[in-house]
Amino acid sequence: MQKSIRRYAALFVLPALTCFFIAFLVPMISGVILSFFKFSTVLDGTFVGWQNYKLAFINNEFATSLWFNVRFTLVSVVTINIGAFALAMLLTRGLKGTNAFRTIFFMPNLIGGIVLGWIWQLIINGFLLPKGVTIVTDPKYGFWGLVVLMNWQNIGYMMVIYIAAIQNIPVELIEAARIDGAGNKTMLTSVILPSIAPSLTICLFLTITSGFRLFDQNLALTAGDPGKQTEMLALNIYNTFYRRTGFEGVGQAKAVIFTLLVALIALTQLAISRSREEEA
Amino acid sequence: MSIVKKHRTMDIVLFIILILLAAIFLAPLLIVLMNSFKSKFFISSQPFKFPTAETFTGRENYIEGARKIKFLNAFGYSLFITVFSVIGISLATSMLAWYLTRVKSVFTTVVYYLLVFSMIVPFQMVMFTMSKTANMLHLDNPIGILVLYVGFGAGLGTFMFSGFIKTIPLSLEEAAMIDGATAPQTFFLVVYPMLKSTAITVAILNTMWVWNDYLLPYLTIGIEYKTIPVAIQYLRGGYGAVDMGAMMAMLVLAMIPIIIFYLAMQKHIIRGVIAGAVKG
Repeated sequence: MQKSIRRYAALFVLPALTCFFIAFLVPMISGVILSFFKFSTVLDGTFVGWQNYKLAFINNEFATSLWFNVRFTLVSVVTINIGAFALAMLLTRGLKGTNAFRTIFFMPNLIGGIVLGWIWQLIINGFLLPKGVTIVTDPKYGFWGLVVLMNWQNIGYMMVIYIAAIQNIPVELIEAARIDGAGNKTMLTSVILPSIAPSLTICLFLTITSGFRLFDQNLALTAGDPGKQTEMLALNIYNTFYRRTGFEGVGQAKAVIFTLLVALIALTQLAISRSREEEA
Repeated sequence: MSIVKKHRTMDIVLFIILILLAAIFLAPLLIVLMNSFKSKFFISSQPFKFPTAETFTGRENYIEGARKIKFLNAFGYSLFITVFSVIGISLATSMLAWYLTRVKSVFTTVVYYLLVFSMIVPFQMVMFTMSKTANMLHLDNPIGILVLYVGFGAGLGTFMFSGFIKTIPLSLEEAAMIDGATAPQTFFLVVYPMLKSTAITVAILNTMWVWNDYLLPYLTIGIEYKTIPVAIQYLRGGYGAVDMGAMMAMLVLAMIPIIIFYLAMQKHIIRGVIAGAVKG
């Protein structure tokens, strides 16, 4: 059978693979190479070694972005997951209107980042107006604005994953715990949380990754203002590429660092899931 | 048997809490809708007030906004790019996934891992080199961008289809081939019909991604062909104040298609998103 499929290799492999080469593989490889060059188009580079990587850290800008991004991600991951889990618990009690509530809570997840950013800019500025300030007056407003936006967008998404996990807990397990006299608190810590641990891992890493990758929402809500103080990694890299001539190589070096960071997070997740599977 | 002990009064309290939360979740959307009918001078200054006889402008913001950003064109580009990218991704990646799963060689293993790797690489890593490549190959038009989307969507699509194809027993395909079917016949007549549920998941995840995507179309075709997110961000303009009236109206128009899509396909969407999160 393998042989007869191989005869049609070109038909099955080429369409997707050609696109993959053009859109990903060639840009990825040339991106890594160009991070060691000074260039402005892609063909006019001169080799500069590690200079771009040094320049990436020469002023505090990139490090500030990283720190802002880390704080933002930590706060959002905690609030989103607590909120999502709480809603999932509420919506698995068989209350009236459960489906309608689930529909509503999930809906913001489908709206694009640019649209979300502008919606929340209106609302947050509406609340700040009586104080005579706007979202870009002080970076703390931008920070919390982004956290609120991120929660609004992702709570429903994580909620449906937690709901699926809670509904998959075997009924016998719950009944047995109940007969053994488990109260609600014991039920939560000894039955529910251990049973949904794999989903908890997934949700934590989904939120961490999307926190670090956030771009559209950042651009539309604050655009990094005031003075780059709410600029997260992705937006900082974008601005290095397109808002500063002569810094394309530095942008590319930052992008490589950013990729390594995101890949490290993904590998950690993989390692955790693997070790859990081995235990089980 | 419920997962938590039931109390009647408790249920009523929780139900009221859920109603309040649902109202909070929906409020941002309703506030934008309400403001889209107000004159642009009364939006930023009093976003939470209902339109009055003085501030109500009827359809004016919609007409003005649609004219400014050529909304109908943007809608057309978004629809065209989304529909054909999704078709292209589903077809090309299911074919590639079948080949990679059924034919075992160093080549197929390497390709598979490259595709999985591409899923964790953030867009900023390749955005500059990719848009230059697209430019050189004249892919900077609504048809050429399909190549980029298929290439970028190849990772997730192939990964999800492979996951499912691995679970299909070989016997059906072998029987078809013994009866003289060629590889393409076997794939399209025997395998493809079985992939329906995965195909729906892949289609939904990609629809949400491509429809809402901002940076890729902005960097490659954004000057000539503005999709909806690009057109909306374009309202911000260079300097000077944003026309909030037009902005509100365009946000509403941008959200209507996605909300209709959601309400019509809700079950598939939630199931698809869970499958994508758990596997990706």
